[in-house]
Amino acid sequence: MWNFPLFPDQASISARQVDALYFFELCMAAFFTILIFILIVSFAVRYRRGTQVDRSHPPVVSRWMEVIWIGVPLFLGLTMFTWGAILYVRDYEPPPGALEVYVVGKQWMWYVQHAEGRAEINELHVPLGQAIKLTMTSQDVIHSFYIPAFRVKQDVVPGRYTSLWFAPMKVGRYHLFCAEYCGTNHSGMVGWVSVMEPVEFQQWLSQAGTGPSVAEQGERLFVQYHCAGCHQGSQIVHAPRLEGVYGRPVPIQQGNEVHFTLADERYLRDSVLEPKREVVAGYQPLMPSFKDQISEQDLLKIIAYIKSIGAKEATR
Amino acid sequence: MSAVAVEFQEREDYLQEYTLKSWLLTTDHKRIGLLYMATITLFFFIGGATATVMRLELMTPQGDVLYSPDAYNRLFTMHGVVMIFFFLVPSIPAVLGNFLIPIMIGARDLAFPILNLLSWYILMIGGAIALWILIFGGIDTGWTFYTPFSTMFSNTMVVPAAAAVFITGFSSILTGLNFIVTIHTMRAPGMTWFRLPLFVWAIYATSLIQVLATPVVAIAIALVAVERVLRVGVFDPALGGDPILFQHLFWFYSHPVVYIMVLPGMGVVAEIVPCFSRRPIFGYRFIAFSSIAIAVLGFLVWGHHMFVSGQSMYAGMIFSMLSYLIAIPSAIKVFNWTATLYKGSVRLDTPMLYALGFIGLFTLGGLTGLMLASLAIDVHVHDTYFVVAHFHYIMVGGAVMAYLGGIHFWWPKMSGRMYNELLGKLSALIVFIGFNLTFFPQFVLGYLGMPRRYYEYPPEFQVLNVMSTAGASILAVGYVLPLVYLLLSLRNPPDAGPNPWRATGLEWQTTSPPPVHNFDEPPVVMEDPYAYSPEAAEALDDNGTGDGGSTLRR
Repeated sequence: MWNFPLFPDQASISARQVDALYFFELCMAAFFTILIFILIVSFAVRYRRGTQVDRSHPPVVSRWMEVIWIGVPLFLGLTMFTWGAILYVRDYEPPPGALEVYVVGKQWMWYVQHAEGRAEINELHVPLGQAIKLTMTSQDVIHSFYIPAFRVKQDVVPGRYTSLWFAPMKVGRYHLFCAEYCGTNHSGMVGWVSVMEPVEFQQWLSQAGTGPSVAEQGERLFVQYHCAGCHQGSQIVHAPRLEGVYGRPVPIQQGNEVHFTLADERYLRDSVLEPKREVVAGYQPLMPSFKDQISEQDLLKIIAYIKSIGAKEATR
Repeated sequence: MSAVAVEFQEREDYLQEYTLKSWLLTTDHKRIGLLYMATITLFFFIGGATATVMRLELMTPQGDVLYSPDAYNRLFTMHGVVMIFFFLVPSIPAVLGNFLIPIMIGARDLAFPILNLLSWYILMIGGAIALWILIFGGIDTGWTFYTPFSTMFSNTMVVPAAAAVFITGFSSILTGLNFIVTIHTMRAPGMTWFRLPLFVWAIYATSLIQVLATPVVAIAIALVAVERVLRVGVFDPALGGDPILFQHLFWFYSHPVVYIMVLPGMGVVAEIVPCFSRRPIFGYRFIAFSSIAIAVLGFLVWGHHMFVSGQSMYAGMIFSMLSYLIAIPSAIKVFNWTATLYKGSVRLDTPMLYALGFIGLFTLGGLTGLMLASLAIDVHVHDTYFVVAHFHYIMVGGAVMAYLGGIHFWWPKMSGRMYNELLGKLSALIVFIGFNLTFFPQFVLGYLGMPRRYYEYPPEFQVLNVMSTAGASILAVGYVLPLVYLLLSLRNPPDAGPNPWRATGLEWQTTSPPPVHNFDEPPVVMEDPYAYSPEAAEALDDNGTGDGGSTLRR
């Protein structure tokens, strides 16, 4: 009850920048609200019925006044737009080398999977001072991953991946909320984000024992779902090899034309669930759809595996 | 003059018939306006009751008043659905618009009187379904019906709710259509476009939105029902649909609908402010065209509800910039209303207190809207109480204040009676104070990060929530009070006279309550609107019978 904050923690680099913009806009809002308030009160007092003041020829239009009160708000508005857009664009793409974490939202919990293999529920442990990129999807309805202390939020949408990144700069425990209404226990779909010193974070990662990494788990699933049968080894079925495909443009056959599309998480996901939609040029559309046969968690792990063999290829 | 007044008293006014049939089968726009008033007053207090229970629940961080989160989810959904579709959208257009538009332009009725009655019946059908849902199970999707939750996951009465919204939409479309045709074709001789009261301009702009935007939400909501019942994949990715598509369709209506709610309020304020300042309104044409500009630009900003939905970065930037452009016509209006007080002869009667309250609350609501249009800020405060506070400043601080101001301004015209002025002023003051105490703390809560639609919340948010609940209890008093003294005023003799505020405008040139066909002889308009004179008002003080020019040639 006596813990009564009026302003949220500033626990990421962008939090400070967003707050600077917020204070600018707050001053703007306060200035105009107070201006209108003072004008109304002073006019209402000065010109109240019965006072002896000059009321001759009340002006009914003034081009100059209109120009001023169109021009000044327009200028200030465009300033707010530009400032807000610059921060938004800069925070849209994660910097290269960001630590990857996978998130699956479902009614009503957050499943978090670290690349190194450790998974957690309604908790997210991250190291201080490093950029973290979350790749997120939902197993059912739309959720929204929201960490107020970092000033970041991104809807988590079924059927596609969305991403979010941040760079924590203060050790501590911060609220994690689901911000998009998702049914009965929406207000219970909350958790904690723990920002740790990098050394402690490494200890925490390895605490769960030396389990397999996500890519290793994905490799196992790659065999289990019989992906390997066609995409690796045996050449009875003609299927494209996947080494190094991630992050590169692939040629797609569409009618008589070939165009290129980037093999990102979206492409890999769609190729598993809707394999006939974007077929690599030179191959037959033979692959069956894995829709309704694979969970979001497993799909993320397989994609992590495909990404990892891309990375190995690139370093060779 | 007194001989004329006696003659007025003896003639039949529109309220003379008392039978139920005379009300249920009336095609008189004034009676239909009152039918709407009774209907939406009922819905306002139903919506208010749901809000009251929600505020009680939110006094403590844990769930206690309601026992289950499902009950809370149903409450906020019903609150939104009832308040938006069954109170705010019909409020000023269907009540004051119906009553006033024909009289203000010097017509006998609307262009399609039977269609007008049909519009009310359609609202009643939709409203009856809504009440049925409220009593027999409820719906828990939020008024936004986001997919795929609404189509595949919710176990509540989504299809009946979709039907209610779909049906009610036609009421809104037909009312808008009726107003557009009436304003184009039935203006009295001499009533040129630039002699129209600004209330008529505002209702005209509103009607354009009603006719053009409502079909889109009707289709979107019908598709929700189709996917839910027939499992046709439109929005659910599991069926091959796109959940974001629904948001585009929904907000294509539901952003313009904000202007359906607030534009008529701006029209009301533009009538009240010059009357109680006793001077012509400042910048008539700027105010008139800004209404049209809002209606047009309102169709281009829906994407600012979707900055974190996963839509492209470039879409976000374009929608953000367009949102700043639409702020300009609103700013024009606020500054022009304020300038209208300058060199006026100001009296703070009840309608004026409500109108000035509107200007203050709308200004703050608009400015916080600018903050929300700012991309980086919106990422943080989207779907938090900051948004809740912002749109309540616009819709409750704005639209409801203006509606109450309008009711107080035209009550003597509608009923022929004056209400207790002291209680009127008191109610305006209580509403203003209660409103700010309820919703200002929610801005702070929102920036702190409290998400909306939360049944339980972290304990550090409690103090601000208690403040908000305390404010809501004051606000409730402010809303019940007018209901009481306005109804009590009906026991007075009808002695308000044709023009108690000494206002210009054709509606004040006829008797109160007006005769069935509004005017004894067709009026001819000779003057610009708002032909008030502050100096004449000072000279006449309170005993005169009209310091403004007469717009009616006898």
